[in-house]
Amino acid sequence: MAAPVLTVDHLTMRFGGLTAIADLSFEARRGDITALIGPNGAGKTTVFNCITGFYKPTEGMLTLTHEDGSEHLLERLPNHQVNRTARVARTFQNIRLFPGMTVLENLLVAQHKTLMRASGYTVLGLLGFKGFRDAQAAAVEKAKGWLTRIDLLARADEPAGSLPYGAQRRLEIARAMCTDPVLLCLDEPAAGLNPRESLELNALLRHIRDHEGTSVLLIEHDMSVVMEISDHIVVLDYGKKIADGTPEEIRTNPSVIAAYLGVEDEEVEAVEAEVGLSLPHEGHPA
Amino acid sequence: MARPAASTQGALPESVMGAILRDAALCALVALGLCLPLIAYRMDPGPGSDLVLVPRWGLVAILCAITFGVRLGQRLLLLRRDARRALTPAPAQATEAVGGEPDAGQKVSKIGLKLFVAVALSLPVLATLATGDLGSARYWIDLGILILTYVMLGWGLNIVVGLAGLLDLGYVAFYAVGAYSYALLSTTFGLSFWVCLPLAGLFAGLWGMLLGFPVLRLRGDYLAIVTLAFGEIIRLVLINWTDVTGGAAGVSSIPRATFFGIPFTADEDGFAARFGLEFDSMHRVVFLYYLILVLALITNLVTLRLRRLPIGRAWEALREDEIACRSLGIDTTATKLTAFALGAAFGGIAGSFFAVRQGFISPESFTFLESAIILAIVVLGGMGSQFGVAIAAVAMVAGPEMLRNLGGLKAVFGEGFDPNEYRLLLFGLAMVAMMVWRPRGLISVRMPSVTLGERKAISGAHVSEGHG
Repeated sequence: MAAPVLTVDHLTMRFGGLTAIADLSFEARRGDITALIGPNGAGKTTVFNCITGFYKPTEGMLTLTHEDGSEHLLERLPNHQVNRTARVARTFQNIRLFPGMTVLENLLVAQHKTLMRASGYTVLGLLGFKGFRDAQAAAVEKAKGWLTRIDLLARADEPAGSLPYGAQRRLEIARAMCTDPVLLCLDEPAAGLNPRESLELNALLRHIRDHEGTSVLLIEHDMSVVMEISDHIVVLDYGKKIADGTPEEIRTNPSVIAAYLGVEDEEVEAVEAEVGLSLPHEGHPA
Repeated sequence: MARPAASTQGALPESVMGAILRDAALCALVALGLCLPLIAYRMDPGPGSDLVLVPRWGLVAILCAITFGVRLGQRLLLLRRDARRALTPAPAQATEAVGGEPDAGQKVSKIGLKLFVAVALSLPVLATLATGDLGSARYWIDLGILILTYVMLGWGLNIVVGLAGLLDLGYVAFYAVGAYSYALLSTTFGLSFWVCLPLAGLFAGLWGMLLGFPVLRLRGDYLAIVTLAFGEIIRLVLINWTDVTGGAAGVSSIPRATFFGIPFTADEDGFAARFGLEFDSMHRVVFLYYLILVLALITNLVTLRLRRLPIGRAWEALREDEIACRSLGIDTTATKLTAFALGAAFGGIAGSFFAVRQGFISPESFTFLESAIILAIVVLGGMGSQFGVAIAAVAMVAGPEMLRNLGGLKAVFGEGFDPNEYRLLLFGLAMVAMMVWRPRGLISVRMPSVTLGERKAISGAHVSEGHG
């Protein structure tokens, strides 16, 4: 079994009186596609925001391990350093491209770190040194590689905002991949895609896992995607982990079924009778 | 589809033209009817205590003619627009960006900047030729200097507002820092203008950073308010720190600019004698004109180059979506800070030019109105468009100046009429008209910084304005 790339230890996130995540621990292994699923409001995106530095967790430790064994404590890094040094990239539930910039420019902005260094932090680039021009050409080549893969090469010079929805989703993934991440976090990548686009997404994610050396952590509601491509699934409900295992194990896990489909009324009544009061929640449809 | 368009593109059919003329004439008739009771006679106090009626038929005729002309123009414009709309699909059918044909704005902005530079380069010559001799061209060259100062300020602020999307209402503070840097360094330590010019830029840039550190975590309206306050603070400090800045009296007898060390004086060490020319006080003015032109063009060149470097792309990405920037490992604070400092540095350089040109500065030159005008230039021009900013600067600075020359209207509106008093009214009207017809500025398209194929402009509809 491969070593974990991301270890989440006792992660807790509170917003005032609301506990969005309560003592969550799980691992995402290197070279795996790990899926994070759960009903709406289960705290999945909050976990993502903690991992990618947009929230500072109230408690807990998030360790990212690189291939060379170096460890990065994500909860201690400033927001942008999570991508820059720990090399965690993410996409967003509501797509966040740079709509007024071209598709190609979107991918070049993602290579900011490399290009900044090559441009001598702007000074050499301003003077037109050759080193920078070469680096820029290499960056464009890399972007072209990704554009070919996501089938957008022909539209490279169009504004990202003018692309159809599915293409914007693919572009956002390609943009995240242009930062050379160790871990790619995808927040509902299949939302709003039609069945054919979902299949293409599966192929893209498999390619990223198998050929780019990037592990994937994804939030997804579309079970055809989750069950098809995940190596490992973590199920959240009300900020707590209720199950953790392979797709087969999850498919048959009674508490997962209960969380997603709700339990029969008699069972609820039986439990209520047992405890002597009504439960805080009685399951909720997905 | 093409049939009605073809008929209107060529000669207008007589029936259409006739209808339009009849309509315009009807409008003029209505205007005449309205004018009769309202304008045709004015009551003036006559000799003694009685009143006399003064007929104003000339004014009535002019108003009717204006009504006729405006109505005619409006109908013709609408006719052309309808024909064009019949040819092109509605915006709902296809996005503007996909339509391959560049619109007028794009076509203009392609050659516009070169045209602007060409006109600016030849202005002293043109003005001399037009007015007869160099001395009488002074008015036009002075106006050119004023315009180019605002062009440079507009281009400097464009880095902050247009590219990085940070709303800065206190830009004039950096202009003031630059001006006082030169004024104080030269009067106190006797440093020459050419040493002070980069120093002024440096100081203003440092002030930009100093302000930037605490402020740039704010966004949108809050950033605007704080920068506005900063502008006022600088002005109040300049007024009250009398020991250093001379207070409200300002700093006077600031040394004049030299031709790289050679003064523009009449004696034998002067510019004219050294170069074997006859002494003319206009040499200095022309030199200042070309100096500010070069400074403005350097600002433009640096901006255009930076746009194609990673830092420029990061600024624009920041304007588009700050959160996405952070997720891509871009240090947003440092990126904003560079934009702020660089914009401030150009403002400072423009400020030191202002000081050397005026020879006298006081806090009165650095009021909020100046900030507002510079910001208006950037917004009117189209955020991020270099040519648009240049055109807007010409319109904003030369426009009020042109009002002075409208003394001829006194014949129409009476002796007490001063067109200058209507400056702000016209300014407001122009703003409203812009908001209605070109809400994203004169030139709202954005040129991509790098392309695989042909460089095509991006419609302003996709480009964000930034949220602070």
